[in-house]
Amino acid sequence: MKPEFGRNPQLNRSGELHHLLSIEGLPRAIVERILATADGFINVAEREVKNVPLLRGRSVFNLFFENSTRTRTTFEIAARRLSADVFNLDITRSSTAKGESLLDTINNLTAMQADMFVVRHAAGGAPYLIARHVAPHVHVINAGDGRHAHPTQGLLDMYTIRHYKRDFSRLTVAIVGDILHSRVARSDIHALTTLGVPEVRAVGPLTLLPEGLESMGVRVFTRLDEGIRGADVIIMLRLQNERMRGALLPSAQEYFRNYGLTPERLQLAKPDAIVMHPGPMNRGVEIDSRVADGAQSVILPQVTFGIAVRMAVLSIAASSQRIQ
Amino acid sequence: MLELDAEAVYRSLAARLREEVVGRDIRLVGVHTGGVWLAQRLKRDLHVSHDVGILDISFYRDDFSRSGLNPSVRPSSIAFDVEGSDIVLVDDVLYTGRTVRAAMNELFDYGRPARIDLAVLIDRGGRELPIAPTVVGRRIEVPDEISVVLSRDDDGRLHLTLEQRREA
Repeated sequence: MKPEFGRNPQLNRSGELHHLLSIEGLPRAIVERILATADGFINVAEREVKNVPLLRGRSVFNLFFENSTRTRTTFEIAARRLSADVFNLDITRSSTAKGESLLDTINNLTAMQADMFVVRHAAGGAPYLIARHVAPHVHVINAGDGRHAHPTQGLLDMYTIRHYKRDFSRLTVAIVGDILHSRVARSDIHALTTLGVPEVRAVGPLTLLPEGLESMGVRVFTRLDEGIRGADVIIMLRLQNERMRGALLPSAQEYFRNYGLTPERLQLAKPDAIVMHPGPMNRGVEIDSRVADGAQSVILPQVTFGIAVRMAVLSIAASSQRIQ
Repeated sequence: MLELDAEAVYRSLAARLREEVVGRDIRLVGVHTGGVWLAQRLKRDLHVSHDVGILDISFYRDDFSRSGLNPSVRPSSIAFDVEGSDIVLVDDVLYTGRTVRAAMNELFDYGRPARIDLAVLIDRGGRELPIAPTVVGRRIEVPDEISVVLSRDDDGRLHLTLEQRREA
């Protein structure tokens, strides 16, 4: 396939979503269409029969080169509710371990008549490589690549915010924690700015804040109290255990003392602020159980909304296939 | 552009449906968007107590692989129990019958109705599936390249126009 410079690799020639690789560069209209379509799927989940026939006969392959039971499961549920045939490939334990290259794996699976790949990979950019390589009728959905992007998590976070706050145009949203290693933070920041949120904040220790946040339109805070003061939405990020073993952080206890969200600190935010977390949570490290289970937590609704948002992404991407 | 007297056609639909459903405890279900307007008018005029159910059949269309997902999907919402209910499905224009098939498929995913009747404002012929309406406001014959469009103005009055079909 010839590379086409200057064209967004996610969109087809008519500007429709063909692959979902990143929220960066996605037109606002497409983000809004995904959120609006997800509304329709929320109602489907409340019915006696939770499936719709939209993707009947299509094959969706979940390619998880990196383990993530939760994300894989929600993608699987989403695809099944669209009546697709779903195949889960645990690549960490199969061919690639025997030395097969990524693109050989993709060729083999395409020969098995795959229509869609949902890809999780430890290397940033791997879904782009796959998207460039696959046949024109095949769609690629990024389910998290390295530190780069986790677009469906970003979209489900936007769906959650829209559900509770309705209007993005007056919000203050604080993202707290390990911004440096977080693909969720990157996707959230792009989504929030795309949707016109006037104040996006990144809050964390200096060692976990990447450079260049200001140029993305983000206000940076190193103190939690200041960072969440007056916020409408607080997105807590998972602190990965391996970060604490390195030189970036002294200990989990000290991290919690400085950056853990407790009920007392939550009072600095707006009284109706919501607390989000992409999961899985480290209770007592980044978030106090009283907050995680408290009245302002919307962490479980995020999971429910995530299925509807992924159904919207799969069906919108699948419907672009007639135009190349 | 030709206009039909939509209000007159509606009155004859309402009168025929009233006769048809005498003594029955019906639930009205409208198909987005025109069918919902009609179902809401019928609820008022026929004194139906149950809320109008709303179907957006975008997730059930049989032409998904050809024309993709409708860009403006609205949620379906049916507040009553479909299981065992007596349903009147309402749509504005009956043509190929594919929308009605999709609507019935969706209804059955909510439960098993005891009965479904079909009320349409306009039956323009051209069926591609074995589907027949129970009551019709008016039957007309129009060539394939013409579409029959129902609209509603700010005062809630209905308008029916015949328009040259837009490129699909």
